[in-house]
Amino acid sequence: MKLSKRRGALVAGGVAAAMVLTACGGSDDNGGGGGTAAEGGSFSLAINNPENPLVPGNTTETEGSQVVKALWTGLIQYGEDGEVEYTGIAESIESDDNTTWTITLKDGWTFHDGTPVTASSFVDAWNYTAYSPNAQGASYFFSNIVGYDELQAETDDEGNVVADPAATEMTGLQVVDDQTFTVTLNGPFAQFPVTVGYNAFFPMAESFFEDPEAAALDTPVGTGPFQAEGPFEEGVGITLSKYEDYAGEDEAQAETVDVRVYSEISTSYTDVQGGNLDVVKDIPADAITTAPSEFGDRFIQRPSSSFTYLGMPTYVERYSDPRVRQAISMAIDREAITEAIFNGTFTPATDAIAPVVDGYREGACEYCELDVERANQLLDEAGFDRSQPIELWFNAGASHDAWVEAVGNQLRENLGVEYSLQGNLEFAQYLPLADDQGFTGPFRLGWAMDYPSPQNYLEPLYSTAALPPNGSNTAFYSNPEFDELVAQGNRAESNEQAIDFYQQADDVLLEDMPILPMFFGVEQIVHSENVSNVVIDVFGQIDVAGVTVNG
Amino acid sequence: MGRYIARRLLLTIPVLFGATFLIFAMVYALPGDPIRALSGDRPLAPAVIAQLRDEFNLNDPLLVQYFKYLVDLAHFDFGTDFRGRPVLDTIEQRLPVTARLTLVAVAFEVLIGVVAGVLAGIRRNGFFDNLVLVSTTLIVSVPILVLGFLAQYVLGLRLGWFPISGINEGWYSYLLPGLVLAAGSVAYVARLTRTSMSENLRADYVRTARAKGLTPRTVVVRHTLRNSLIPVVTFIGADVGTLMGGAIVTEGVFNIPGLGRAVFDAIRAQEGAVVVGIVTLLVFFFIFFNLVVDVLYAVLDPRIRYD
Repeated sequence: MKLSKRRGALVAGGVAAAMVLTACGGSDDNGGGGGTAAEGGSFSLAINNPENPLVPGNTTETEGSQVVKALWTGLIQYGEDGEVEYTGIAESIESDDNTTWTITLKDGWTFHDGTPVTASSFVDAWNYTAYSPNAQGASYFFSNIVGYDELQAETDDEGNVVADPAATEMTGLQVVDDQTFTVTLNGPFAQFPVTVGYNAFFPMAESFFEDPEAAALDTPVGTGPFQAEGPFEEGVGITLSKYEDYAGEDEAQAETVDVRVYSEISTSYTDVQGGNLDVVKDIPADAITTAPSEFGDRFIQRPSSSFTYLGMPTYVERYSDPRVRQAISMAIDREAITEAIFNGTFTPATDAIAPVVDGYREGACEYCELDVERANQLLDEAGFDRSQPIELWFNAGASHDAWVEAVGNQLRENLGVEYSLQGNLEFAQYLPLADDQGFTGPFRLGWAMDYPSPQNYLEPLYSTAALPPNGSNTAFYSNPEFDELVAQGNRAESNEQAIDFYQQADDVLLEDMPILPMFFGVEQIVHSENVSNVVIDVFGQIDVAGVTVNG
Repeated sequence: MGRYIARRLLLTIPVLFGATFLIFAMVYALPGDPIRALSGDRPLAPAVIAQLRDEFNLNDPLLVQYFKYLVDLAHFDFGTDFRGRPVLDTIEQRLPVTARLTLVAVAFEVLIGVVAGVLAGIRRNGFFDNLVLVSTTLIVSVPILVLGFLAQYVLGLRLGWFPISGINEGWYSYLLPGLVLAAGSVAYVARLTRTSMSENLRADYVRTARAKGLTPRTVVVRHTLRNSLIPVVTFIGADVGTLMGGAIVTEGVFNIPGLGRAVFDAIRAQEGAVVVGIVTLLVFFFIFFNLVVDVLYAVLDPRIRYD
């Protein structure tokens, strides 16, 4: 999943002068939206422009997901702490060998157009998403299902498509009857039920497949507590209304939701201050210190799944020794940076798995604590050349400058090594460079989870199978021991056992330090007095169905 | 006159070709891989990337891409953005929004700019003249971004006179952003009118008109103002095109879904088809309004004839 949210922060910083005035606003708000909560009513919610049409299989970024999750309910749902709850469409998801899974659906679920949700609704949707000519962003989520490779078009060395895929349906997906289908995976994966709550696994109505490209731009037809009133309007937004025939337990509380697209987070924030907007997911950097006092208990925060790390170019000889990476990590005072620069929007990371996931361990990373003496000792042992500067890479225009520079200053101070900032590349140049082993020093990257499992923080980022171009292992780390422990976790019979293996893999990772864990995100939102029960879920998204409008 | 207009219209064809090619080349020259940027922290499946590159002709050399674009254009196909949405739809939806914003801005230019300029020009060095001088200097020197947030904060949030953002309240929503968008030009129009007026008021023909015993009102309105407006009309005409293209900041601050924001987003995403489609349209408007200005010349000043 991709974090695109904080892009506006830089622009907002530029108008600090104007926004200082904002600080004195709202003195008459004592917090605690009075009024009584009741069903019905309408409220508005701000998002950034989604990158793709609201088709679940093509929505892998946070903004579109926010809407897609209100429009769809999948097989399972995630509880407050990310645990799997069978409150979705699946009656059960079972397997004897963790490889072939039988999914049984509940009766009575319908799409917003009134047609029933059947096993084919899932199988067809998954095949559609996986089939490469459809160019769906979440295609890779099906790569562990038998037959996925046959749905991928053949390409030549220059990346041109030369032939159509061999098949249009994965052999690993079989419809048994209207309420049952089976999924056969390439290997055992005990976490499979945890993954199917993700967007990519949502079902699609029959009407979608008649002309998917047109349907993608038309009114989305989902299975969720809210239905769309019309197509999503680019740069404007979409209106949702309560779906009266919703078969799930968590039905919509509000009658309508006005989802509005904002391109400036300072504008949406001003709008919520003025009472013209009800829920805002982004607070401008310069308003973060004043928001808690201004909004009182209408300022809500909770840890998010976002994880910021410094990747280490293990392919560069200078950084190939784990001791060098450990030393650099120990020379960074994460606590000081979060306090001085982030105003509490980030917390220091002491694990490579985020706190919102079951399996997180505080302090798991031994080398994430500041220890200048030991760092210098390790650096000497490794024979690190201190005469050359350490080049620190980050992408431009996304407000990373300040903290990366702070890291540089600490390295200079604590290790006596100069640093140079390499922050001129936009994302479009930065990412290809990462895939091509182009970084000459530590580089900034981030991750937000797709589903709440430690596996999602390990396998896609550091496994040998995830080396570019297939995955996000841009540190080019490869350790058979790590791969094996993750695989054992995937094969495990119980969740506890799986977590145990994942934590062992995590330990291997945190000893080798191909990446330096830096920060975990904190989700912060504010809302108006018009609404109550505004809850942020483990994905850092608003639970739209649960929001009540004050009567 | 007819021949003049026809010749000018014919001239727009090479200009449009040149402009589209330049824009196309510039977007093409932007470094980086837009498809890779689409996928973010987690790369898309390799076959999906190949599919997208193929769909948007991204593997072709510049000239081939441009040629394919022109062939599509000949069939009135403006292409699609990376989301699969036709560029024409985007234009259709956003053009009226930007047109309204521009109209409001031009109205402010004429109403405030010309009136303030005329009054300042008549009473040169008086209190009002000085007021215009000081206030226009102030407005021109403040960046439009700051002006926008300030207006939004004071007039929108604190006083609650105008909506803070969006276009939900019809024309009323366009007043504040229109004023901010026009601010710089209003100041310029006022200055221009003032100078032009005060110069013409000292001209021989005005002295003659006064000597004939015409009322001061007739002298100012019929004789001076008409001549003084020629440079002002030129400026406003050219400014219509500039405003339409330059609304990026204002549309961002006031969250107005117009062409400016669409272009800004498209450039950032390196979506060549969208950028070229919209910018070509803007170039066309720019040429069109300049033509209108030239024709208006003849109406305002009978000495100018295009035959």
